[in-house]
Amino acid sequence: MGNEKEYIEIFDRHRQLIEENSAALLNEKRAEAIQKFKASGFPGRKDEEYLRSDAAKLFAADYGMNLGRIKANAAPHDSFTCEVPNLRAHQEFIVNDSYCPPPANISPMPEGVLLGSLNEFAKTHRELILPYYNAQAGSGDSIAQFNTTFTQDGLFLYIPKGTKVEETIQLVTILHTNIEQMSNRRILIILEEGAEANLLICDHAASDKKTLSLQTAEVFLGRSATLNLFEIEETGYSNNRLSQTYIKQQAGSRLNHCNITLTNGFTRNSTKVTLAGEGAEANLTGLAICDKQQHTDNHTLIEHKVGHCTSNELYKYILDEQSCGVFSGKMLIQPDAQHTVSQQTNRNLCLTDCARMYAQPQLEIYADDVKCSHGSTVGQLDNNALFYMQQRGIPLDEARHLLMYAFAGEIIENITIEPIRERLHMLIEKRFRGELNRCKGCTLCKKQL
Amino acid sequence: MKKNSKNIFKKIADKAYEYGFVSNIKTEIIERGLNEDVIKLISQKKHEPEWMLEFRLQAYRYWLTLEMPTWAHLNIPAIDYQSISYYADPTKKSKKQNKEIDPELMKTFDKLGIPLEERLALSNTAVDAVMDSVSVKTTFKEELKEKGIIFCSMSEAIQEYPDLVRTYLGTVVSYRDNFFAALNSAVFSDGSFVYIPKGVRCPMELSTYFRINAANTGQFERTLIVADDNSYVSYLEGCTAPMRDENQLHAAIVEIIVCENAEVKYSTVQNWYPGDAQGNGGVYNFVTKRGDCRGNNSKLSWTQVETGSAITWKYPSCILRGDNSQGEFYSVAVTNNFQQADTGTKMIHLGRNTRSTIISKGISAGKSQNSYRGLVRVSKNADNARNYSQCDSLLLGSKCGAHTFPYMDIHNDSAIIEHEATTSKISEDQLFYCNQRGIGTEEAIGLIVNGYAKEVLNKLPMEFAIEAQKLLSVSLEGSVG
Repeated sequence: MGNEKEYIEIFDRHRQLIEENSAALLNEKRAEAIQKFKASGFPGRKDEEYLRSDAAKLFAADYGMNLGRIKANAAPHDSFTCEVPNLRAHQEFIVNDSYCPPPANISPMPEGVLLGSLNEFAKTHRELILPYYNAQAGSGDSIAQFNTTFTQDGLFLYIPKGTKVEETIQLVTILHTNIEQMSNRRILIILEEGAEANLLICDHAASDKKTLSLQTAEVFLGRSATLNLFEIEETGYSNNRLSQTYIKQQAGSRLNHCNITLTNGFTRNSTKVTLAGEGAEANLTGLAICDKQQHTDNHTLIEHKVGHCTSNELYKYILDEQSCGVFSGKMLIQPDAQHTVSQQTNRNLCLTDCARMYAQPQLEIYADDVKCSHGSTVGQLDNNALFYMQQRGIPLDEARHLLMYAFAGEIIENITIEPIRERLHMLIEKRFRGELNRCKGCTLCKKQL
Repeated sequence: MKKNSKNIFKKIADKAYEYGFVSNIKTEIIERGLNEDVIKLISQKKHEPEWMLEFRLQAYRYWLTLEMPTWAHLNIPAIDYQSISYYADPTKKSKKQNKEIDPELMKTFDKLGIPLEERLALSNTAVDAVMDSVSVKTTFKEELKEKGIIFCSMSEAIQEYPDLVRTYLGTVVSYRDNFFAALNSAVFSDGSFVYIPKGVRCPMELSTYFRINAANTGQFERTLIVADDNSYVSYLEGCTAPMRDENQLHAAIVEIIVCENAEVKYSTVQNWYPGDAQGNGGVYNFVTKRGDCRGNNSKLSWTQVETGSAITWKYPSCILRGDNSQGEFYSVAVTNNFQQADTGTKMIHLGRNTRSTIISKGISAGKSQNSYRGLVRVSKNADNARNYSQCDSLLLGSKCGAHTFPYMDIHNDSAIIEHEATTSKISEDQLFYCNQRGIGTEEAIGLIVNGYAKEVLNKLPMEFAIEAQKLLSVSLEGSVG
């Protein structure tokens, strides 16, 4: 055990400070989490799940942690201007791992909807949150346990029965620091029966210092609830991210989850979906565009607990220069989950001979009346198509861009919010042309850099 | 129809293992347990040279530092390596009948349908028959020798061709490779050795038949095949064991070296005792098989039909080192009752323009678990590598499991890798269609399963294909709920 010891000591030494600055509910879960963390330590190359993404080494740096909840010197509501044109969104901000309260004039949410700081709501709505907080992440791996041990704030979203939130909720997380810093944020989303919401999470960085952000999100979808969850990461090469998303779906609920990684340092997104009610549907899509030494790992597990559920997965990677892509997707069909329809596709483009792709599409099936398939390919751009375009006067570079653009297009078309879709088309085109090598999402970043 | 198929299900489950008899042969078995003295004893019994004993001891000392691997999707009960006897010799005879093979032994192989007598020369297959730890007889040796082909038991090869063996043994599967490879390297008792000289096309199929007979023993055989430049050989392997309540361990190593322009075809029909319907007994089959396509334009093809063993842990692999080399893997793995299988292949592309094909068909019935685990690795310099993998699973019954764990590690931009997998069951429609045309449910399932596995069975040599087809229908007919 290496760096674990340091963090365990930090926790023991500063436990009082952490607990003073957090809600009792968050504190209650820490003891169990630290025990579980102590037992397993940071996952590294020896763990099958982290075989290609050595998480343990990320913790070697000497990060600062904002345990005393010192307010960040930033007013994102004033300085952030979203570059997505025509997007009518309700904006919420998390700077590092602290929630920034919105200004008074922000448009109100429909009645009964709770949206804001997890830490504050854990104090005022303890009874509501208690059955949900850490219910899924509690059995997660040691990164989730680490997050539960240290987390002090994050976002809470609750949508009551039958309420539809028309306006897209946009959560912007910004890394804003002058030192090497670690942030532990937590997101809890509860949609009651029949509720609907669109949530867009934009992950930005305003710092070229080495950072590590741990994000654990727990999502609960009640009967027939619908959630469109989009995550777009546009951080920098020095920003590392370990994200864990746990989603539990009841009967008839629908999830569209899209995870797009445009620029980053080291990213591992783990998504676990549990289909616990009949007729639930989960659609997972993902796109990673990497160059230089970027490392992007998407790790998914879809567990079909009951029958008559549907899941679809489509993940695409475009790997340039010395970048590394990892995809590991597992579909787990439990014995009683008859009539499951499950499909998984992973397609990858390697553009240089230094780029590496590791793909592990997996099936674990314990029921016989199911339709399950997966496919994975690694290849290059179609030479015939390139030749065809060159024949017609399109230069080779342009032709390559067009093909890659089309390759990525399949993912973007799944995004149901039109302004975001258009914006992504533009971002990806920029990305291919090498114009997007750092976050340009907000003026905050521009000022900083 | 439902009821009918349930009856058939039951019939299959109750179907006795055909090769489960025990032969009453006087067998010399050494004390149970494993230590350096046992290894020295085995080596001494086989009159091995000093370097061989050194090799074994090195492997044993390394094995002591290892732990049993747990990564496979298998539930392996703890194995007490000290309660196994590591050497059993059924050929030990009195001085009188020095040259004759024990008639009981002959009977056993006759019963198994293995032609040890020249009267069965018509089958055009040379056989090396191995029972427990010792090779009983190798047929057609002389005929093969005329062409310069060496086909004999491993112990004989160590005595007579020590230079050849020493050059190649352990170069594909080192004793440091894994837990079972280290164990096998320490205690391996016999197996086959094949050497095909330059430019020779082996005129007949070579075959080894493995039989475990003695109780409380493990079988640890080692096969080494060397195909020199421009040669060709097709090699078959079959295996059976008696029905016993306790589990028996079988840990083998197969090493294949394929030189320039050579081709090796390796086919296995694995039918070790799978245990009874309650999951008692059966053979633990932990095998390391690997071929090294060293030469340019070399080709190695693995074909396997896995129907037996309580637990199978087996990944026949190809190292595609030579430019333009080809690797193929065709597999049908059938599990029934409480059998568990974790099997697949590794295709390691190192040379330029290398190609590999993986076709894996898993069939699970009863309460069995059947996994495909495979790796396709394209290294940095393996330009223009091409791989196609297809893994299909057929589920017969609602209590069994079918799993797929493919790994793709791609380090080269010119690689084209495709992987596909599907899981399904025999549809009621297909059965109904056959029933309509007067084909009984049982027969229909046999037809459908055979059709499903056809792609692989077609790759087997003629005699084997027929045997495999029979085996499939025995294991599976009627397994639809």
